[in-house]
Amino acid sequence: MSIISTRESLDRQTQDLLDQILVLSSMVEEITLNAVKALHEQKANEARKIYKSDQLINQKRFEIENTCLTLIATQQPMARDLRIIASVLEIATELERMGDYAKGIARICVMIKWNPPPSVLADLVRMSELATDMLHRAMGAFVKADAKSAGSIPGEDDQVDILYNRINQTIFSELSADPTIMDQSNLLIWAAHNLERMADRVTNICERAIYVATGEMKELDVSDDEQELNFE
Amino acid sequence: MTITDKNGKHAIQARNLNIYYGDFLAVKDVNLKIPQNKITAIIGPSGCGKSTMLRAFNRMNELVPTAWAEGEVLYQGKNIYDNDVDPVEVRRRIGMVFQKPNPFPKSIYDNVAWGAKINGYQGNLDQLVEQSLKDAALWIEVKDKLDQNGLSLSGGQQQRLCIARAIAVKPDLILMDEPASALDPIATLRIEELMRELAKNYTIIVVTHNMQQAARVSDFTAFFNLGENRAGILEEYGPTDKIFTNPQKQKTEDYITGRFG
Repeated sequence: MSIISTRESLDRQTQDLLDQILVLSSMVEEITLNAVKALHEQKANEARKIYKSDQLINQKRFEIENTCLTLIATQQPMARDLRIIASVLEIATELERMGDYAKGIARICVMIKWNPPPSVLADLVRMSELATDMLHRAMGAFVKADAKSAGSIPGEDDQVDILYNRINQTIFSELSADPTIMDQSNLLIWAAHNLERMADRVTNICERAIYVATGEMKELDVSDDEQELNFE
Repeated sequence: MTITDKNGKHAIQARNLNIYYGDFLAVKDVNLKIPQNKITAIIGPSGCGKSTMLRAFNRMNELVPTAWAEGEVLYQGKNIYDNDVDPVEVRRRIGMVFQKPNPFPKSIYDNVAWGAKINGYQGNLDQLVEQSLKDAALWIEVKDKLDQNGLSLSGGQQQRLCIARAIAVKPDLILMDEPASALDPIATLRIEELMRELAKNYTIIVVTHNMQQAARVSDFTAFFNLGENRAGILEEYGPTDKIFTNPQKQKTEDYITGRFG
């Protein structure tokens, strides 16, 4: 059956919405990589600029939220159209939080007064590359409603976790040799933690990609929770 | 297609039902179970047999001279198309509300009391009229002018009067054919709220062109579509929330998202 394009206007606006959410996610990728780069190179002035640029992310998020609500109010989307818009709303929130993580790293860059072991900085850079790459591909899977790709991305989080644990171990061994670096160590662990959380949140985006494609809402990765439950 | 509610009870069921107008097969091989005390919406494009299907549930189609049916409509275990079934009795048990409000040119009171009088109602007619008007959410607006002509009411009030008239004969099911399409948005929402109230005591089947209305008001949705040779077929049937967020068939998706050719 040929489909007459009875909803050109909705289709156009939905496409525009998807473009906008991609813009937002690329802003998040950029701010994350830049924040970690500033930390690596210890450029506090760069970090201050990055810290402020988070405002642009927040603005964009509100814009997207507004567009979603207007589309719902004016176009009464159903089924897949509705799933896309509802998912964009959710993803916009995830991205805004990721932006906050990057902003947190920029803040740490300004506050930190310590030359950490180069291996820790290298691992942080690697973590940021992995996390933003996961985000990039998760967003690609989302706009293409590619459930298969979306399902395979969360597993890559293990690589990020390995780096996170390694950073922790290195810092703790440094700390045991020199307890005066306690506060500084804490800041670096926070930076690593933020990147680890960012990769976790990519999973939520993958879940939305699958929701758009199949209509099914399911949790993709519970391995972290299971580990937490096993601590006893 | 089977939908089972929590109690597994069905008010009425179509089984292998074909409905014809002369040689023309208007509705083809429908199997549909309507859950009790729920609102089931029938949606679909024009000409797909929605109203024909609705009218098959109380043999109203027979009022069209060329219409005939094969298959079964089971109501309380009995095929209502059996030779020994009186269609008038069927229509008393399974009431109907039409698109255009059609009160009789009589007083508000007589409109509601009419069915009961014909059926030789032995109880207190005043009480029956009052209760029916209350159940139809019209009592407060008309209690001081029961002797006024029903046609003097507004469109929305007239439609609620017709609903009062339908429930005064204590039916089990109420069939509604586009009950709000001739009404303004406020009157429409009143009817929808009323339908939710009525569903506590009645099973309702409603045909509507307004998908938002189906989404708002119904528990289950049956999507009818045009099949081969323009015969209406039941394309998909399921809980309304599923149909409107995640339909299983592409044709349902195309229709409810407004992409149909």
